[in-house]
Amino acid sequence: MAMAAVEFDALSLALSGGRSILSGIHLAVEQGSTTALLGRSGSGKTTLLRMVNAMAAPTSGEVRVMGKPVASQDCTSLRRGIGYVIQETGLFPHMTIGRNVGLPLEMAGQSKTQIATRVAELLPMVGLEGVSFARRYPWQLSGGQRQRVGLARALAADPPILLMDEPFGALDPVTRVEMQEMMASLIERLRKTVLLVTHDLEEALYLAQRVIFLEGGRVVADLPSNKVMPSSDPHVRQYIRAVRHNHRNHEEPAS
Amino acid sequence: MTGFLRAHGYEIARLTFEHLWLTFFAMLLATVIGLPLGIVLSRRPKLAKPIIGFANVLQTVPSLALFGLLLPVPWLGENAARLAILALTGYALLPILRNTYAGIRSIDPTLTDIATALGMTARQRLLKVELPLSASVILAGLRTATVTCVGVATIAAAIGAGGLGELIFRGVASVDNGLVLAGAVPAALLALLADAALGFLEKKLTVKRA
Repeated sequence: MAMAAVEFDALSLALSGGRSILSGIHLAVEQGSTTALLGRSGSGKTTLLRMVNAMAAPTSGEVRVMGKPVASQDCTSLRRGIGYVIQETGLFPHMTIGRNVGLPLEMAGQSKTQIATRVAELLPMVGLEGVSFARRYPWQLSGGQRQRVGLARALAADPPILLMDEPFGALDPVTRVEMQEMMASLIERLRKTVLLVTHDLEEALYLAQRVIFLEGGRVVADLPSNKVMPSSDPHVRQYIRAVRHNHRNHEEPAS
Repeated sequence: MTGFLRAHGYEIARLTFEHLWLTFFAMLLATVIGLPLGIVLSRRPKLAKPIIGFANVLQTVPSLALFGLLLPVPWLGENAARLAILALTGYALLPILRNTYAGIRSIDPTLTDIATALGMTARQRLLKVELPLSASVILAGLRTATVTCVGVATIAAAIGAGGLGELIFRGVASVDNGLVLAGAVPAALLALLADAALGFLEKKLTVKRA
């Protein structure tokens, strides 16, 4: 098997008070695959994700990115090689869309023209056509458009790994589906290693080849996407039940 | 009026310049101390309370008393302008320090977090994110400090440091209202001008968010 893009090895995190956030996590994420980390709020999924780009550190165990331990690497260069998308988009309000998207390149020391060329390439890729977008400010965009910009920024430096933390969580259902469709085609096209944190099983199944279920800081199930729906695991069943419940409520009554 | 200006015009101009000079150097010094200190405190909020508290106390000392108290201090008391600039610096420090600290602390933590996650160094984060986002708040502090300085600088004349206060003190001593106004009006105009100019800049630097 090819080298794993991201590995969690006997990873645990406990707060100084003794409360355990994550415990005994062993995972290897295959290169070029999309993996969903599914769990309720407080299950530790975001913290686990943030350990990949050294935004959080384990109290024991090790995280390896492309075979190299995160702890032994320079944080800033590690982070520049990993795309990161969050629910709140995190666009800088004092910068134009163009500058926001080009920021990873600006930090890599690229020239203004190089950055402008790449930005002009990235914005259409995330569905923002038209040159005028680059000159606008975040407040002039809708929530969905801002999220697209956040994604474009994460892709700017063409990082091999993309971390996404509830990227579509704050969007209305229609925009959310649009974004998921765009994301699916991007994943298909760009072949990046994607780690997606979500609490939505349908989103996980739609985008990922593998779903990891987290509960109370532990991995309770780890399945290929096509094995999730037939699973009889009680941890998995509760998510399936939630999905079915939603569908039942919205489907037309049978005549 | 024209006769008065002909007689005192040169003196008013000279003292206005002196006034500006005192204010300028005090503001420069206060900014050089207050801005970096405010940034450091934003990283160590535990230190912020005692240090901002000290600047607060400094602010409450009546200016005339502060000038008087500093007069016997060696080196400082030898030169009236030196003493005046240092005392003015003390008054200008609090607004600058407090606003720098508050401006940086009030930045949405999501933004500093994402700046770090994008691989910015601490220095890049400060220059590209934190300072631009708190610029309007910091400028508001500079504005308050400047207006305070222009006002307090009139008192500096009491210790012979010059400035427009000289005309005011002389006018009061000789019961000459014209002379008092010759000092007070330009001082007030300076304060208003500084307030308007820095207010304009503050508005320009305010980041639109919604």
